[in-house]
Amino acid sequence: MRAGGLGGLARFAFVAGVFALGAWLQARGTLPSILQHRGDVIYLARQHLVLAAMSGAMAIAVGVPLGILLTRERYAAIAGIVTQIVNLGTTIPTLALIALAMSVLGIGAPPAVFALFVLTLLPILLNTVAGLNAVPPPLVDAARGMGMTPGQILRRVELPNAVFVILAGIRTALAINIGTVPLAFLIGAGGLGELIFTGIDLMEPGMLLAGAIPTALLAVAVDFLIGQIQFWFVPRGVNPLR
Amino acid sequence: MIRLEQVSKQFGPVTAVDRVDMVVPAGAVCVLLGPSGCGKTTTMRMINRLIEPTSGRILVDGRDTATVDQVSLRRSIGYVIQQIGLFPNMTVEDNICVVPDLLGWPRAKARKRAAELLELVNLDPGIFLKRYPKELSGGQAQRVGVVRALAADPPVLLMDEPFGAIDPINREVIQDEFMKLQAELRKTVVFVSHDIDEAVKMATRIAIFRDGRLIQYDTPDRLLAHPIDAFVAEFVGSDRTLKRLRLIRVAEAMMADPPRVTAEETVETAVGRMQDHGHVAIVMVGPRGRARGVVRLDAVREARGLVGEHQEPLPGVVNVKDDLRAAVSQMFTHGVTWLACVDDEGFYRGYITQTGITRMLGATAGEG
Repeated sequence: MRAGGLGGLARFAFVAGVFALGAWLQARGTLPSILQHRGDVIYLARQHLVLAAMSGAMAIAVGVPLGILLTRERYAAIAGIVTQIVNLGTTIPTLALIALAMSVLGIGAPPAVFALFVLTLLPILLNTVAGLNAVPPPLVDAARGMGMTPGQILRRVELPNAVFVILAGIRTALAINIGTVPLAFLIGAGGLGELIFTGIDLMEPGMLLAGAIPTALLAVAVDFLIGQIQFWFVPRGVNPLR
Repeated sequence: MIRLEQVSKQFGPVTAVDRVDMVVPAGAVCVLLGPSGCGKTTTMRMINRLIEPTSGRILVDGRDTATVDQVSLRRSIGYVIQQIGLFPNMTVEDNICVVPDLLGWPRAKARKRAAELLELVNLDPGIFLKRYPKELSGGQAQRVGVVRALAADPPVLLMDEPFGAIDPINREVIQDEFMKLQAELRKTVVFVSHDIDEAVKMATRIAIFRDGRLIQYDTPDRLLAHPIDAFVAEFVGSDRTLKRLRLIRVAEAMMADPPRVTAEETVETAVGRMQDHGHVAIVMVGPRGRARGVVRLDAVREARGLVGEHQEPLPGVVNVKDDLRAAVSQMFTHGVTWLACVDDEGFYRGYITQTGITRMLGATAGEG
């Protein structure tokens, strides 16, 4: 597969780039200054992941069922409106969203989780709707004609045929989520943003990078993890990856 | 048996199906035919209640479908659609087992059934059971689509232009396979089509629809011989008499038990036999009765000797199982007015003439 080949190439280039960067940083003495923050990195990374996991899990728990609901015939009328509102939501800048959440929920983790939840919800919801709408109508017709109940059609036909697109939405959403968590520091929710923003304020590149590099690595790791789930979990007949 | 009584369907102000009455006898293939938007698909979809009739009754094997739970009604009726509708997330095996699984058959029994059904349509279960639909050709997929509908052995089968999306060559093959299957299984089939040739080939009864009304409901031969009005006549085509050729077998139109000679007989015997029957040619057969050649009266009137020395090769033969279209085609190809008819083994069974065919078409037309 061409796309797979390019993906492999990109991954190789990325690894090679990281290695070269590491060597260069070591030579300049930046690496030791990064490693001196090891303790903070581990503590904050855990905080970072908790924020991402909570908001991400909530977004999945709400986005996927909501997407399913919006594609049911009886909600077809409001589906357009809801999708429009959700689309509007994606245009609000993340920082503004976090600021708004803080003005209502105060400071700390709850407003951060809420803002991240809204941010993550949108791509998950949109992809769930798009995935289910992309299931060819003849499949649903055949399923009905063969005597499946609406629930059976959803579970045996619609979801398995939409799951790849739904997972693609979750994959994008979580990668964005992890990359956005650093902003949560601005409203006192902690996370690796603490190192990044403090590093900027103190003009200390070592501290800045100690926050930025793990953030990037986490995003890549989550993306990889969900990619693997996509590869192995989606039935072979509807999995473009295999 | 399927009975429709004054069945109508309104979509808002539009009457899609207008007071249709028809009976499909058990074991019959009823083709619903008409231009698009004529109500044929709606009529079919009302039988398994994918569309609810606005008024009227539909009875399947004596049961009013309105009194049966929709889901269990549909599980008892096979359903095949043009887009095939195999579920891409399931293997061929799981696709075939959909209805048996819904009905709660034991898993082993359902899987065994899937393998049997695949064999019925000449697909090797060893190869195809574990394949996914995307790994099948169009023709293979449609075969699976048909056997999937047969999986739980429903007495009734609904087919919505099932062979419409297949290329013409494969379509013929699959139609033939289906006919063979149907001859064995004797399902009651309601089949939507817009192709008159397909209808003539498959149907025991054809129902012609126009603007939601059932215009004519008849056997293919009577429909072609006696279209009820100008619309039907135009729809079945100006070549409808030629289409009727497909409906009649050579065996029905040929003169059976014909005179014959063997290679060892004398030419005089041959001439005498031709004159007895008033024929201008006679077929020479081999020792066991296979058609070998022909002796023509003009060529041998003055000749002496044995038939074997004067015979000419036969200008084409036709199988008794072929339809008259094949026979006429052979006649035109070889520029002759008669053909020897042989069976599968090549034994000489009779002869067929252009006049005989004309008379045959006239006779069946006259019955109406």
